[in-house]
Amino acid sequence: MKTVLRYLQEVALAFRSLWSGLRLTLYFFTHPRKEIITEQYPENRTTSINIPERFAGEVVLTHDENNEHKCTACTLCEMACPNGTIKIISAQVETEDGKKKKVLDKWVYNLGMCTFCAQCIDACPQNAITMKNSFELSVYNRSDLIKTLNKPGSKLKEKS
Amino acid sequence: MIQFSDITSWIHETLSGLLSPGLTFLAELVLAGVAVLAMVLVFVVIFVYMERKVAGFMQLRYGPNRVGIWGSLQVIADVFKLLLKESFAPDSVDKLLFNLAPYLVLAVSFMALAPISWAPGLQMWDTNIGVLFISAVSSIGVIGILMAGWSSNNKYSLIGAMRSGAQIVSYELSAGLSILAVVAMCGSLSVHDIIQSQADGWWIFKGHLPIIFSFVVYVIASTAECNRAPFDLAEAESELTAGYHTEYSGMGFGIFYLTEYINMLVVAMVASTVFLGGWLPFHIYGFEAFNHVMNFIPSWIWFFGKIFFIIFLIMWFRWTFPRLRIDQLLKLEWKYLLPLSIVNLVIVAFITIMGWHF
Amino acid sequence: MENQDISLPLEEQTEEFVVNIGPQHPSTHGVLRLEATLDGETIKDILPHLGYIHRGIEKMTESLGYKQSIYLTSRMDYLSAHINNQACSLAVEKALQVEVPERAKAIRIIMAELQRLTSHELWWGSCAMDIGAVTPFFLGFRDRERILEIFEANTGNRLTMNYITPGGVMQDVLPSFVSDLKTLLVKVKGYLAEYDTLITGNIIFQRRLQGVGVLPKEMAISLGCTGPTARASGVSCDVRKYHPYDGYEKLEFKEILNDGCDSWARYLVRMEEMRESIYIIEQLLDNLPEGEYRAKMKGVIKLPAGEYYQRVETARGELGVYIVSDGTNKPYRMKFRTPCYSNLAAVKPINVGAKIGDLMASMATIDLVIPDIDR
Ligand code: SF4
Ligand code: SF4
Repeated sequence: MKTVLRYLQEVALAFRSLWSGLRLTLYFFTHPRKEIITEQYPENRTTSINIPERFAGEVVLTHDENNEHKCTACTLCEMACPNGTIKIISAQVETEDGKKKKVLDKWVYNLGMCTFCAQCIDACPQNAITMKNSFELSVYNRSDLIKTLNKPGSKLKEKS
Repeated sequence: MIQFSDITSWIHETLSGLLSPGLTFLAELVLAGVAVLAMVLVFVVIFVYMERKVAGFMQLRYGPNRVGIWGSLQVIADVFKLLLKESFAPDSVDKLLFNLAPYLVLAVSFMALAPISWAPGLQMWDTNIGVLFISAVSSIGVIGILMAGWSSNNKYSLIGAMRSGAQIVSYELSAGLSILAVVAMCGSLSVHDIIQSQADGWWIFKGHLPIIFSFVVYVIASTAECNRAPFDLAEAESELTAGYHTEYSGMGFGIFYLTEYINMLVVAMVASTVFLGGWLPFHIYGFEAFNHVMNFIPSWIWFFGKIFFIIFLIMWFRWTFPRLRIDQLLKLEWKYLLPLSIVNLVIVAFITIMGWHF
Repeated sequence: MENQDISLPLEEQTEEFVVNIGPQHPSTHGVLRLEATLDGETIKDILPHLGYIHRGIEKMTESLGYKQSIYLTSRMDYLSAHINNQACSLAVEKALQVEVPERAKAIRIIMAELQRLTSHELWWGSCAMDIGAVTPFFLGFRDRERILEIFEANTGNRLTMNYITPGGVMQDVLPSFVSDLKTLLVKVKGYLAEYDTLITGNIIFQRRLQGVGVLPKEMAISLGCTGPTARASGVSCDVRKYHPYDGYEKLEFKEILNDGCDSWARYLVRMEEMRESIYIIEQLLDNLPEGEYRAKMKGVIKLPAGEYYQRVETARGELGVYIVSDGTNKPYRMKFRTPCYSNLAAVKPINVGAKIGDLMASMATIDLVIPDIDR
């Protein structure tokens, strides 16, 4: 008799355990508004999408309003990058007083090879580069991923 | 209110007016076949959509919501996708069996629809062995599955097919026994008679505990027969990738998919016919006003409502439970469901003899 | 074909049924190939083949600087990327004898425990999916997402956070970090309760795991298993207890042990570890030290010549980092002792004689991350 009772108790417990799971999924089913977590991406890209400020989307060379950047073409970032993403192309120019000076010609950034590790930003002594939280970076042509980050006509910000 | 029997008899009269009796019969057969085909396809499309939505909501997602309003055209789009895909047969398969298997499975599940009574007077084949026929025919489908698994020349498919064979053959028993409980009570195998015998109350209500038990067993066993989770061992995707239909592509796969839903439809129809009164409205004995209101709801709403209720149950299980292991599956059947069903049947027989049921 | 009985007539001879599970298979969670010899549903033999995702990380480190090598380790066990970085970073700090600021240590531990939570949550979902329940997978991802949001807001990345740097952490956490975490932890506790209702209590799930994939204590030790896999066999091996690093010694926490030895025990250990992680984080949150988040370090790190070893407890077990330095700015040799590689050894002995379904269950509870095996 006892074994039969225990057997029945087992069956009842089994059903209860199944029922509690069913209740949870039924709750999810009947409360879609509260529980659904899907983000409706292309629709919400201008409204409710939440991209944190620090999100590492791409490396940018910051320019101020006078179209001046802070990069001295020291190539420390180039050396810090584990992937060879960065190519700093510098040019020798002659200043007014006749001295030769190295200035940034092209800050070439290959987005396709970047792993967003922020090593370059960490290495830069001038704080010339930062991470931008952009995320829609896809392009149709692979060569478009190779970007020149210094804007045309931009020049080095003079130390004040 | 227009009765379906009026429509059918009108069609019959018009046709006999035009054609000879033999041709009339033939034309009616074709008409009935086309009607059922269309009906079933509509049902399947609704079921697939429903499955995706139910799954989506239970998994905190929206389900399809891009094609059409609320994603309602997604299923149609998928059907077209499957139709346009190449039905590819790998090199070393047994071509004949491989190509035949999906059609066999499909034909079998359509056959099981024949004795179903859809509405008052709308029944293709009112045979006196209706329920027996359904349960007999629906187990032929396993041959198609075995054919598919064997001819695919794929190890996953073979294991899946073998599992499916073991599973369907065993669960067929308790599904049959649980239907038999009702058959014993009402004393007829004919679908029509079973429905008529529930005019004063559905069997699940007037059959006491044994019938409720039979209903539970039937739902479990038929879920297993349809190869659906938690009994989807034949196509357990985390073990056997896709089981017996691993090698199928295009419409070959589409037909297996379709068959799964037709099987569900058959199961739901049988369950609602046998246990929930078919197309009969819900009546409470003694409350005449209530019964009168219930009578106003058309019979097809009742029938389809019950079908969708059963289908929802099966889907609900699928998206909640983990899968059983093969030995546990067989143990559940042979050690629990089958003995209990037999005992249950004996009790039912006793109740019937003593006339204790309502 | 080898062990067939030739004396039998041809039609009675049997062949071994060899199934390749993987490299592309839904339940190996990566490119691992298991060559399983089956007898019907029963597994007779199983032979893991690895190397499908070998990237030569150890070799690559020899041509990269120390700082850069640290971030390569994120790609080993990507589900505990932060803890891998921590191991490497600790080894470098040990060699240079840098004192890491208290605040940085606390942040590192919080992040590491959060990472353990994300890893276990994902494991929970995929474990349930291997057993056949699909819904838990989405719940696991939902909850992981909440933690990843914190990672994203504070470190800028979600999976490979690149947050640790020798001497501390890359940047200070946000001002709202503590309050964010407190609300998160309340939520996570609710989620854990949901896990228990949906799966832990489920009779089918329990039956699928109990008594399956038994890994006896002696075997766990001799195979070198670590982490939850070994702790579920009663082997006390928590590196956080035995070789505390980054201030684990000051924290109060239990080492979760279970003597069940089976898959169910491994499941319970992981579930309990999640609760313990929450407890650890709570202790740190209430008194997060103020001050520097990063010690001053040189731009290019050169380790003094010598050999350095550091071990940490990742979500899967003990990760050892062994550095041989010849005094230059690049490691002469860097060797990782990864937890999954040793745990993989347990797959064969615990599965021989089991069913195919059991193989999935015990693979799921051993919780292998394939890139961690191959490196
Ligand atoms: S973020 Fe990392 S990978 Fe990208 S450019 Fe900077 S250093 Fe190179
Ligand atoms: S960005 Fe910074 S580190 Fe790179 S070259 Fe310019 S100044 Fe140097």
